Amino acid sequence: MAKGIKDKVAIIGMGCTKFGERWDKGADDLMLDAFQEALADAGIEKERIQAAWFGNCFDEVAVGKSALPASLSLRLDNIAVTRVENFCASGTEAFRGAVYAVASGAYDIALAIGVEKLKDIGYGGLPEFGSAMGSLTGQWFPNMTAPGGFAMLASGYASKYKLDMSEVKRAMAHVSVKSHANGVKSPKAHLRKAVTEDQVLNSPMVAYPLGLFDCCGVSDGSACAIVTTPEIAKSLGKKDLITVKALQLSLSNGEEFQYHTWDGAHFVTTTKASKLAYEEAGIKNPRKEISMMEVHDCFSITELVTMEDLHISERGQAPKDIMDGFYDADGTIPCQIDGGLKCFGHPIGASGLRMLYEMYNQLSGRAGERQLKDPKFGLTHNLGGFPLMNVCSISIIGHQNAKGA
Amino acid sequence: MVGISSYGGYIPRYRLSRMTIVQNMAWYFPIIMAVSQGEKSVANWDEDALSMAVAAAYDCMSVKDRSTLGGVYLASTTLPFADRLNAGILATALNAPENDVLNADFSACLKSGTTATIAALEAVKSGERDNVLVAASDMRTTKVATMYEMFLGDGAAALLISSKDVIAEFKGSYSINCDFIDHYRARDKNFDYGWEERWVRDEGYGKIIPEAIKGYLKKSGMAITDFAKIIYPCYFTGTHRDIAKKLGIDPSKAQDNMHNVCGDTGSAHPLIMLVAALEKAKPGEKFLMCSFGQGCDVLCFEATDKIASFKGPKGISGALANKEALVNYQKYTKFRDLIVADLGIRGEANPNTSLTALWRNRNMILGLKGVKCTKCGTVQFPPTAMCVNPKCNAIREFDDHEFADKQAEVLMFTGDMLSPSVDPPAVYGLVAMDGGGRILVDFTDCDLGKVKVGQMASLSFRKRQSDDLRGFTGYFWKAIPITEGGA
Repeated sequence: MAKGIKDKVAIIGMGCTKFGERWDKGADDLMLDAFQEALADAGIEKERIQAAWFGNCFDEVAVGKSALPASLSLRLDNIAVTRVENFCASGTEAFRGAVYAVASGAYDIALAIGVEKLKDIGYGGLPEFGSAMGSLTGQWFPNMTAPGGFAMLASGYASKYKLDMSEVKRAMAHVSVKSHANGVKSPKAHLRKAVTEDQVLNSPMVAYPLGLFDCCGVSDGSACAIVTTPEIAKSLGKKDLITVKALQLSLSNGEEFQYHTWDGAHFVTTTKASKLAYEEAGIKNPRKEISMMEVHDCFSITELVTMEDLHISERGQAPKDIMDGFYDADGTIPCQIDGGLKCFGHPIGASGLRMLYEMYNQLSGRAGERQLKDPKFGLTHNLGGFPLMNVCSISIIGHQNAKGA
Repeated sequence: MVGISSYGGYIPRYRLSRMTIVQNMAWYFPIIMAVSQGEKSVANWDEDALSMAVAAAYDCMSVKDRSTLGGVYLASTTLPFADRLNAGILATALNAPENDVLNADFSACLKSGTTATIAALEAVKSGERDNVLVAASDMRTTKVATMYEMFLGDGAAALLISSKDVIAEFKGSYSINCDFIDHYRARDKNFDYGWEERWVRDEGYGKIIPEAIKGYLKKSGMAITDFAKIIYPCYFTGTHRDIAKKLGIDPSKAQDNMHNVCGDTGSAHPLIMLVAALEKAKPGEKFLMCSFGQGCDVLCFEATDKIASFKGPKGISGALANKEALVNYQKYTKFRDLIVADLGIRGEANPNTSLTALWRNRNMILGLKGVKCTKCGTVQFPPTAMCVNPKCNAIREFDDHEFADKQAEVLMFTGDMLSPSVDPPAVYGLVAMDGGGRILVDFTDCDLGKVKVGQMASLSFRKRQSDDLRGFTGYFWKAIPITEGGA
């Protein structure tokens, strides 16, 4: 019987570029910058890395197919490099590949690197994906954009809990205000300006009911992690190891949009993946035991609903918790402490690793003015695709000897 | 007995007041003020002659079994494809049989609608086939500030021609065919080229229609007074009246030319006017339906006893009642692609349409067919190989399941300003179908402000993508939220 990944792999080095409109740098530059930081952090030579996983979503746009862009940019030593793509979970997929490779004993030290170069397309928002939907889907799907796909969730949520859309909008606005406040303290974040609830509520409509400030930044950037076994980490002189506690992935099977059971007010995948992740990590009461989270706040409504799917807010209670400040920087479970996708930015293939970067820095006590007091477990969450058909990844990392509540 | 066993009509929801055209364009061509009465029907940006024909055909077949169709005839001068049977797209949209049927396009002339009707009547009369659906539809694009812009509207009608359950018996026809060119449109040209109006009125409509009607009366031995309604198109209202006078038609028996309510709908117009007349017909009443275009067809029908109890289709009166004023003239010109607006770089993506995928999935894409699991009864769309019910997961144990004629409930929706659209925001959402199944669809003919979760919707066959590079038009179904009190 499989026992899961808990404490089998340690993170020994991480790197992350500044996210944002990096007109100055290409994907190769960004990857190299993140990689150099991670190597220095790990304190190892590049040659110690035996295999790499490379996460990137819109390869057509600026990077190109295969894993060669990573191998070439980093001048890796003809090692195994695998490209992974799973929508917004692509970065976390790269991490899973590296972590599982080490846990299997196939390699001693592995690299996970993610990059996205979104600002080379000439227009705002994510690249149009009409031509990437497949030969049949492209003939009938609405021309759904990311904000449009997630905006539908707000109508489903308001309807299910019999809320006026203005109430949902207000809680969504608080989600964004909180993340902007956090982003101010995050030097590598894309957006570093505080905003008010009124500014959020009055921003131009992008996809009803999501306004501009309900949407995350579309950014360029790269992030990476170097992982190994706890034994090797110790042999490298590492102390207070930060280990992987759980890695879960859950994908839709069509039930949401083809069967009759989905209420349109939650993520089926997140609900399942988070439960499995807590079991894997040995966490019994996430509301009490999780110290901090970086969730996939591509849109404010996504973050709102996700709080319930992570079994932290009760069903229908996320707006209340949000308005109570439960997820604020000084709240019970600070969420998006680095600004989140909303303000740190969202270069898709890098985002999962960026979230881990913040959790890792917080656990290492290196988060500067954002530093939280004694965090034990950090949770990261990605949601790729659309509420009605998606990919959800959840990671939990923590101190090697961390105990739950 | 051979004749019409059902009818259907479709007039698009948008109506453009001719005064709106005058207000915007009379500075350029003041004469348009002379015909500024009433309003014309305007197809939405995602409609065309084919999609309107599908709507009229579904209306016509709402009380009939589509699986018994022996042929589908489509008449129009504005069909999307020059070489791909447009009637075949219509037939697929209707989920009509593919084997032992004869489908055909009738085109290149405004009397194509009546000619197709005669062809269908003669085919059924011959005994070679039965239940031939005739749909006529036109959506002609006109230059701005022209009399054509004032006169022409968009619409479609459909007639089911059968040997059983006839509500209007076919009594005979008479045709004149001559190369009278009041206007023409060359292949690859967007607009009609017309000759002097006075000549068209006096030598065209004013002579050819009366001559054809007289020809039929002589052939049949009937008198003009035998008819409850005489139906003939003529968008010059004065000439329409003069033709009645010339033939001794009581003004109350000349069927209204519908200039005020929708304008002249081209190939569809004689059929649209006939449907409007049949909606009020009483048993025993006789009707003459005439057309105009390189001659004139005259068809005679007599309403049977069955017409008294015939009901079901919304018909032309139902379509006319569902209306929304298009107050923005620029919007109309954008719908018809007469002004250049920027879709943005996001709108540039233009993959070709996979014809292999379309062939395999033609019933799903064009006919909106899903499947129903024979093991657990779950209805699902799109039809995939394994049942979506997690407790079932049966493999390829399905019956076909049609959605197009069913109602839907809106489960979730948005209005997307980022998505490239001719008429932003792009409204779309997930709907639950009556009888099971969910479909993610674009919404159309709606205002975002009136869309609500829980609202009912109907489905409509629309253009989904126009590939201007390769000249391909893709179609799929969209949801029309039903707002209380219509429109």
